[in-house]
Amino acid sequence: MSSVPIEYYLVVAAVLFITGAIGFLLRRNLLILLMSIELMLNAVNLTLVAYNRIHPLNHNGQIFTFFVIAVAAAEASVGLAIVLAFYRVRRTMRSDEADLLRS
Amino acid sequence: MKIFELAFFFLASLLVVLGGFFTVASRNPIRGAMGLLSAIVGIAGLYLMLAAEFLAAIQILVYAGAVVVLFLFVIMLLGPSATSGRDTRSALPRYLGAGVLLAASVGALVLVFSASAGPRALSAAPTGMGTVEGFGRELFTQAVVPFEIAGVLLLIAVVGAVAVARGKQVDPTLAPAPGDDDKQGSDAARAVLTTHTKDVHS
Repeated sequence: MSSVPIEYYLVVAAVLFITGAIGFLLRRNLLILLMSIELMLNAVNLTLVAYNRIHPLNHNGQIFTFFVIAVAAAEASVGLAIVLAFYRVRRTMRSDEADLLRS
Repeated sequence: MKIFELAFFFLASLLVVLGGFFTVASRNPIRGAMGLLSAIVGIAGLYLMLAAEFLAAIQILVYAGAVVVLFLFVIMLLGPSATSGRDTRSALPRYLGAGVLLAASVGALVLVFSASAGPRALSAAPTGMGTVEGFGRELFTQAVVPFEIAGVLLLIAVVGAVAVARGKQVDPTLAPAPGDDDKQGSDAARAVLTTHTKDVHS
């Protein structure tokens, strides 16, 4: 499994990150926003694993990816809980309805 | 052999890119979750090619098995109101920002790859890289403390998610119960929630 150059993986990760970032900026649905964050985290994970592949003497990138996955799982659970609490208050999923702190 | 690797790579990359696009572009959040699932499975395939078999398994287990299912639970719980309607309010700044970001990202990508020396073939991965044994040995010798801290973080996340999401069934026509303050779980988040609910409905 070594005939595909590392740059191809990096391009895929960059495209995925750009997709997630643009989705985070464009969409107004809170659930889609959380999914865009997950996409960006996955893109970063792919970059870490790809760079670990060209420095194969240790597993630093893969271990970092492991922790990023753990943090992403925690972030998804807390974020969805916040979305549920927000829905309970405002009865909507639109992120621009979250303006209680705007005076 | 080589053509199979390339075919597998392009299949997985297609899953990733199309899945990411559907996640962002779908109006129905369930389709978005399916796109996220496709991207995650594609990334697991790419991990397999990058000598990270253990991470590929973890990716399927944690993301496809837990995170996407959690998203689906929330979408099903919210029902039709999970789909926010089309809005046109202040659409121009968002599209402007996204366009600037897209142009900057593509420009950065082109600059980086025009400056690089061109793609090179990889050397073979050493045996044991990314397997459960190799990965686990290094994880439990050099990263034990972060591993334990990650466990504590997950515990805190579980408790916090329950505390935030449980809330209280507030009936706006009723006054708050008198013995509310000495209840064990009446933390700050729920107090804030209750106040806001009363503000909205009054």
